Amino acid sequence: MPRMHEGRPHYHFKPYNVGRWIVWGLYALVLLVAPLVWTSSLSHTMLSQMGIAIIACLAFNMLLGQGGMLSFGHAVYSGLGSFFAIHTLNLVSAGTLSIPVSTIPLVAGGFGALFAILLGYVTTKKAGTPFAMITLGVGELVWAMSLMFPGFFGGEGGISGNRTAGQPFLGVTFGPQIQLYWLIALYTFVCTAAMFAFTRTPLGRMLNAVRDNPERVEFIGYSTQRVRYLAFIASGFFMGIAGGLGALNFEIVTAEVVGATRSGAYLLFTFLGGAVFFFGPIIGAVLMVLALVLLSELTLAWLLYLGLAFTFMVMYAPGGISSLIMMNLRLAAFGKLRDLWTSYLALFGCGLAILGGAGAMIEMVYHLQLNEALGSKLKFMGMALDAKSAESWFGAGLVLATGLGFFELTRRVFITDWERIQEEIEKEIKRREALA
Amino acid sequence: LDASFFLISLLNGLSVGLLLFMLASGLTLIFSMMGVLNFAHASFYMVGAYVAYTIARGSNFWVALAVAPLIVGAAGAGFERFVLRRVHKFGHVPELLITFGLSYIVLEMVQLVWGRSALPFQPPESMQGPLFTIVELPTGLSIAMGAPPEACKAVAGALCTTFPEFRAFGMLVAVLMLVAIWLLLTRTRIGLVIQAALSHPEMTEALGHNVPRVFMLVFGGGTALAALAGVIGGALRVTEPGMALQVGAVVFAVIVIGGMGSLAGAFVASVLLGVIESFAVGSDKSLADFFAWFGAQVTPQTFGYAVWSVKMSQIAAILPYLLLVLILIFRPKGLLGKRED
Repeated sequence: MPRMHEGRPHYHFKPYNVGRWIVWGLYALVLLVAPLVWTSSLSHTMLSQMGIAIIACLAFNMLLGQGGMLSFGHAVYSGLGSFFAIHTLNLVSAGTLSIPVSTIPLVAGGFGALFAILLGYVTTKKAGTPFAMITLGVGELVWAMSLMFPGFFGGEGGISGNRTAGQPFLGVTFGPQIQLYWLIALYTFVCTAAMFAFTRTPLGRMLNAVRDNPERVEFIGYSTQRVRYLAFIASGFFMGIAGGLGALNFEIVTAEVVGATRSGAYLLFTFLGGAVFFFGPIIGAVLMVLALVLLSELTLAWLLYLGLAFTFMVMYAPGGISSLIMMNLRLAAFGKLRDLWTSYLALFGCGLAILGGAGAMIEMVYHLQLNEALGSKLKFMGMALDAKSAESWFGAGLVLATGLGFFELTRRVFITDWERIQEEIEKEIKRREALA
Repeated sequence: LDASFFLISLLNGLSVGLLLFMLASGLTLIFSMMGVLNFAHASFYMVGAYVAYTIARGSNFWVALAVAPLIVGAAGAGFERFVLRRVHKFGHVPELLITFGLSYIVLEMVQLVWGRSALPFQPPESMQGPLFTIVELPTGLSIAMGAPPEACKAVAGALCTTFPEFRAFGMLVAVLMLVAIWLLLTRTRIGLVIQAALSHPEMTEALGHNVPRVFMLVFGGGTALAALAGVIGGALRVTEPGMALQVGAVVFAVIVIGGMGSLAGAFVASVLLGVIESFAVGSDKSLADFFAWFGAQVTPQTFGYAVWSVKMSQIAAILPYLLLVLILIFRPKGLLGKRED
């Protein structure tokens, strides 16, 4: 709203966006408080990895969510960033280069962007499905090359470095994990803010347009290929930063950082977190570290569970966890959440039963397949199972069948409730519009 | 470059290329019809090999060759019907994602059922010998059917290379399959409906054909072809959980190089890649040798020696992807692809 002001005739008054300040303040607060709440060294390592994963997943989502580009080989840019970071770090250790260790992730980001400039030129020639295949091909190319040049990529053993190199600055050596965490947290916050700001730039807006209606974008005189290319470079830069931080965190870089498994993990967890909303990948990144560190310790079949979770998510909630959260926030805003909480509780209970039954069966098969030598007994969720007895199989099957049956029943009730409530909300919105 | 090396490399290359085409043809058919890139295509290839192994242990290889593709094809059709069709309304990216998720699940399931180590899946006993032997004597080149003749041991300086019978059988199966697909698509009524559903789905539906069912059949057929390739490939190479990943990325490269959605292009590209790779694997030349040919000396002191000194056999693995990048720069529509709208 333009307001006339003495001396400054075109002064626009705009109130502070209080909600946004609160959200970003909370985000910073979480980053600050988390290592003080979880103080074990395992949790500090995990928090550091989460920070790195947040940058990587957000950078990945610049393509997937903002630009509709599905990359199967994005670990290339974080991985090459990691390699250049560790080589830079070793140069600093050797004394040939004198830059502070804390700026090495920026160097890695530069190299990530450089490779995005080089490889992205080819990759972004196409959109949609061909784009996905080309990224896969480029990913395989870099992966195969990493095994071909052991001088740079370190072969099987990888390249190791020492992050305490160089002069300590104000007593910060980056020796203890917590000191590195503060660096990572700082980078995470700044990069998140920068990537959010990117979505508000004209380029970020055009990227959304290219995702939604490329034909029309071409008509009004933009080159869709150029927009994709620029976004790809920006994404490569942030991937490189994540890779550089990863190199500092682990102090060793092996060829698998550019591999297809890593690329697949970025895709999987970014999608699980939710590509539709900006904050979705942050949830995905936290889940990624939890799954890679904790779930893989808990069960051998974790990739199977992950694949199943991913598939169900694509089928039933393609917006990921963040879209589920936002849908329920909308319900809460209209005061409808209390109509549904019993259904949620029932669905959750049945889901648990299904998970328990199916999980017990999967664990028993895995046990028979891999740990035969240890006997047929195993423990699952505190229960003693015998993979060779009919009782255990019957029990697990019964739990699974019951869970499935009740789940289907509650699901039907839930769907009708859900649709009724959505209709009521629509009506309420119309009513408010009529009043205003 | 001697003649027997050339011949055997060419034959091996052709056999690899035809195997690749068995995979690429199904993938291309599915893609050009439904616009779905089946990321799990190579997983069906792997399942084909594993199922065939189990059947072959129970009965024999020939039963496995006939039954395994049917089982896997039915599974593929079921996947299309109950899972893929459900996400069809969300667009192409979720379709791609769901097949990506499937590839994870299949990989884990295979390890769950058959274990993590390689299986001893062998060609049938009647086909384990060599089909013919290329004999290169100082006097000249000749081909002897069956096992290496006496001359190989008797004559000094003789060079004998055998070509396995099963490899030839694999090529035969691929060629038969190629002819069968071509006849099916161009000479039969169902092929006509498939082609119509491919270019004008709405019109075909309006004429009373069940287009979703055609899609399901094509998806099932494509996965059955992948499984057939798996039976041959599994017996020819190794049957292990890594086999899907190994071949999957190459097949994607093949259909981009050939031109998205072009069956003929996929054929040319797969044979081309097979032959190139087979020659590269057998060669120990490097770029340094190439420069030396022009009189330029490359020594370990030369800048970039690590790059110049890599042998062709080491590069073989990345050649498909290098070709992919080159094609995209110089001919983005692929070898035989149509111009994009």
